[in-house]
Amino acid sequence: MAFAHKNLIDITEYSRDDIMLLLQTARRFKEVNERRIKQVPTLKGATVVNMFNEPSTRTRSSFEIAEKRLSANSLNFGGSSTSTVKGESLSDTVETLCAYKIDLIVVRDAHAGVPRKIADLSGVPVIDAGDGKHQHPTQALLDLYSIWERGCDFDGLNVGIVGDVAHSRVAGSLVPALKTMGSNVTLVAPPTLLPARPDVLGADAVTSDLDGVLGGLDVVYMLRVQRERLEGAPFPSLREYSRLFGLTKARDALMRPDAIVCHPGPINRGVELDSFMADHPERSVILDQVYAGILVRMAALYLLIGGANDGIDA
Amino acid sequence: MEEPKAFECMNSEGIDRAMTRMAHQILEANKGADGLVLVGILTRGDELAKKLERRILDIEGIELPLGVLDISFYRDDFATHFSPEVLSTDIPFSIDGKTVVLVDDVLYTGRTIRAALDALMDIGRPKAVQLAVLVDRGHRELPIRADFVGKNVPSSESQNVRLLLEEVDGVPSVVEVYDVPEGGRVGSAPIRREA
Repeated sequence: MAFAHKNLIDITEYSRDDIMLLLQTARRFKEVNERRIKQVPTLKGATVVNMFNEPSTRTRSSFEIAEKRLSANSLNFGGSSTSTVKGESLSDTVETLCAYKIDLIVVRDAHAGVPRKIADLSGVPVIDAGDGKHQHPTQALLDLYSIWERGCDFDGLNVGIVGDVAHSRVAGSLVPALKTMGSNVTLVAPPTLLPARPDVLGADAVTSDLDGVLGGLDVVYMLRVQRERLEGAPFPSLREYSRLFGLTKARDALMRPDAIVCHPGPINRGVELDSFMADHPERSVILDQVYAGILVRMAALYLLIGGANDGIDA
Repeated sequence: MEEPKAFECMNSEGIDRAMTRMAHQILEANKGADGLVLVGILTRGDELAKKLERRILDIEGIELPLGVLDISFYRDDFATHFSPEVLSTDIPFSIDGKTVVLVDDVLYTGRTIRAALDALMDIGRPKAVQLAVLVDRGHRELPIRADFVGKNVPSSESQNVRLLLEEVDGVPSVVEVYDVPEGGRVGSAPIRREA
């Protein structure tokens, strides 16, 4: 089985086999992350640029750790202090980066489509680390990995994605990825936070009644209420949101005994999740997701910089 | 692609006898099984290491710790020899202060062993590392030699030497030499094992 992709930008371009190869490769990196010397020389000499044009701590840290554990040289480029502010165009910035002779660009941008544009301009592999309200493919992969490591079978798995779907690039990648894997996806949100065309994402069902669907879910994926992206007033108050759409101790009894809870972080404790659920020893996989982020990003870097072949020689 | 014509240089019995002899040689060289651990290199080396472990158990009555080493993250030619594998390193014991007997199927350029040594050093600090291979086919590109060899098989660089194992490949175990077809790559057996 060969890996034919140059970029990880649009998860809908990845087949079920591609996603499984990524998850299996991620699992192979567990051993590296669990030993004393948590580093392998695989990408020695490769230079990876982390171009984060939007604030990010977790995703950037996770990429940086993944790059360092593969021995790549990483360069952090971007943020408010850079060239864009000085008036440089995106294409000039990308040409400058290419003149550094780099091997891969990780892109986070507030505008949808920027990673694809950079891939076209640069010709080097690009990983989308979140673009606007569009996609966040490595997040979707780490979510799938966490679900997979819990022993869930994707086929027929019932996943509910709860919260601000309209503004969520996490949902933008996770819904199509789950559909590729054969799972059933239900979007749960106040009508004001559902995308205008939920069918475009490919979800099987849409509802505003969390309690009505909770009992049928194997995985409850709680999205963060992105206070920074909410314009107008999609719901009257955080308190009311929490009462209707928050996963709380009171809702535990409605859930299947083996249902798990995911959240992309950072959590607004008391809004979408209460501490009972966020710290639930059996249900919560939130910290597993953080670890999975390192593993799948190592896998993505390895596969995208690696190329493809079918054997090894002695 | 048409399967190239191969000739057999070791059959199943030959492989069994060579493994038995190597087990005795390992015990003799180390004056017993004290402080020894076996680490097989994926893929095929792990199966050969299992065979050595069983023979050493028969001879000495001691069950040696058995580990598996995946060297794909340590290869210097990774960009051209990327292999989508599903197995990974599994050494569930400390190798610190131990004598590690590294086991592989075919010793050729020595690059696999170079990578394996790097991987081992990242995992721990063994007292010594010894190398056991079923076949040494020559053409070394690095200053590496085997301590225990099942059989020396002179080969040309346009030939491939590969081991097929009943437990992995589902055919009677055999070491065979064949001419690499034009444009083909010289190397060990393709990875046929599925997850």
